[in-house]
Amino acid sequence: MLKKLSKQKISDIITYGIVLVAFIVMQILINAGQISSLFEGLMVPLCTYIILAISLNLVVGVLGELSLGHAGFMCVGAFTSAFFSKCMQDTITNSIVRFLIALLIGIVVAAIFGLLIGIPVLRLNGDYLAIVTLAFGEIIKNIVNVLFIGKDSKGFHFSTKDVMALNMEPDGKVIVNGPQGITGAPKDATFFIGFILVLITLFIILNLIHSRDGRAIMAIRDNRIAAESIGINITKYKLMTFTISAAMAGAAGVLYGHNLSNLTANTNNFGYNMSINILVFVVLGGIGNIRGSIISAVVLTLLPELLRGLSDYRMLIYAIVLIVMMLFNWAPKAIEWREKYLSFKKNKKEAVK
Amino acid sequence: MSFISYLINGLGLGSVYAIIALGYTMVYGIAKMLNFAHGDVIMIGAYVALLSMTHAGMPVLPAVLISVVACTVLGLLIERVAYKPLRNASSSLAVLITAIGVSYLLQNIALLMFGANAQTFPSVVKWKGLSLAGGKLTISGETLVTIIVCIIIMIALILFVQKTKPGQAMRAVSEDRGAALLMGINVNGTIALTFAIGSGLAAIAGVLLCSAYPSLTPYTGAMPGIKAFVAAVFGGIGSIPGAFIGGILLGIIEIFGKAYISSQMADAIVFAVLIVVLLVKPTGLLGKKIQEKV
Repeated sequence: MLKKLSKQKISDIITYGIVLVAFIVMQILINAGQISSLFEGLMVPLCTYIILAISLNLVVGVLGELSLGHAGFMCVGAFTSAFFSKCMQDTITNSIVRFLIALLIGIVVAAIFGLLIGIPVLRLNGDYLAIVTLAFGEIIKNIVNVLFIGKDSKGFHFSTKDVMALNMEPDGKVIVNGPQGITGAPKDATFFIGFILVLITLFIILNLIHSRDGRAIMAIRDNRIAAESIGINITKYKLMTFTISAAMAGAAGVLYGHNLSNLTANTNNFGYNMSINILVFVVLGGIGNIRGSIISAVVLTLLPELLRGLSDYRMLIYAIVLIVMMLFNWAPKAIEWREKYLSFKKNKKEAVK
Repeated sequence: MSFISYLINGLGLGSVYAIIALGYTMVYGIAKMLNFAHGDVIMIGAYVALLSMTHAGMPVLPAVLISVVACTVLGLLIERVAYKPLRNASSSLAVLITAIGVSYLLQNIALLMFGANAQTFPSVVKWKGLSLAGGKLTISGETLVTIIVCIIIMIALILFVQKTKPGQAMRAVSEDRGAALLMGINVNGTIALTFAIGSGLAAIAGVLLCSAYPSLTPYTGAMPGIKAFVAAVFGGIGSIPGAFIGGILLGIIEIFGKAYISSQMADAIVFAVLIVVLLVKPTGLLGKKIQEKV
């Protein structure tokens, strides 16, 4: 038991180490001016994707359910926090304090949504859950696109029609402008903040997985009925996992929203495509493998930028990666083949035991 | 009068959903998997029909026939390459993610082959439609043909499943795959047949959908595909009449939502229906409750 624990710790330390070293290397390169501005601009989105990949891996890898609505949670986090930051732009001038409050708001609201959407989770699993989360993501995107909010001396005005329907005083300004989204929210996110958030996310996830709760969640994944029969409260743990995951996606959204001067909701950033993107990170990195998620998020974000010529084929390659990885890792025939021809893996496993 | 015309439009749209939902519900009932790529098979079917009509200059019926054959082959291919190896996988998540991958693959192949620009789909229905109540109420030919085709397909499928040997095999496999195998039923063949029928229906649905809404892009199939799944869940997944009822109801809800609530919120309303149905009656209107065994 003691030996196993220390092995776990070493593995965790390696994960933290990779993130830390990667950050320091990037920071040195940026300071030395070795990095193009395009690449530098990718750093905050990269942190966003890492957090999203970790958060989805919690649902897919640890709980064993598929969520296709993570972009929806991200959207909730991004819009509520950007809304706050834009309103408070002149009141709170310290960008760090403003960002921290915005982060808190984004996380809490996303967690509430996670809890709300978690209630149907209690009754569903597998394909139904996937489709419900997908539906949820689309609803969020849809609502954000018809929402108009303005602010004037009398307070806030809401509408779902257009700017004119807000009936504002002449001094009023539009904050959320329907399909145009939120324009001109302060860009408070920096690479350093992103890095800290990644570390915090990692800390929470790794501790959760190794805790009693984490083992209970994995027991549900491995056999729901057996887990229930030994007294694990399935409802509680499923809700808990979902809410934590949603909160993390919300944090990623806050980071994402505060890196853009023009925040809009479309299919590519807060819709189905984004959810699939994150899923590709998780699947390529290895379902349930947190370190793998981080590495694959980094590689898949930076690689297309390095290979610009392939940008037309990027999504095609993602699709093929999804199919091939799943077939290779899960098909009973492929597993048999691997055990036969790549037997060194098996020997290694036995040696560990 | 506008109420009746919305209702008829809803019936037309609902019939398309019903045809797509039939493909979903049969595959789900028999292979116990959500075929995410079904919506994209619709899109491929529409492109094949479009190409055979505009480029090869074929008349309507052979073009639709070619599209049905192409989709059937595509459906069989997808089943064989992507889904069959995962049929006995330890996690049901595996085949679901693969299906998403296939859906994405089809979309992106279409994107590379046909481009992202919307193409105008020529209506396959040459009939002008009906004009009732002194011209106050017009029903387009497309709507009428869609409804009629949907009813014919429904009846044919029910007869097929109830009266023929392969249909009996389908019911057996959907009830208990292991027992069906012991009875000498070719389970793999039956599942492949289900995919073939579902994909062939998808081609018809694609042609009808694009005749009514004549703009075709690589993403045309995705949304109707998901909505048709909602319809299948609404009616009770695995049930053929359920898919029909669910599709029709969903089409009417969507058109009424567009007309009376908000045109931009129509999709959100449809998805809200799904969430409400799953909360209130997860088995759908006509679905059976299956007790899980240890």
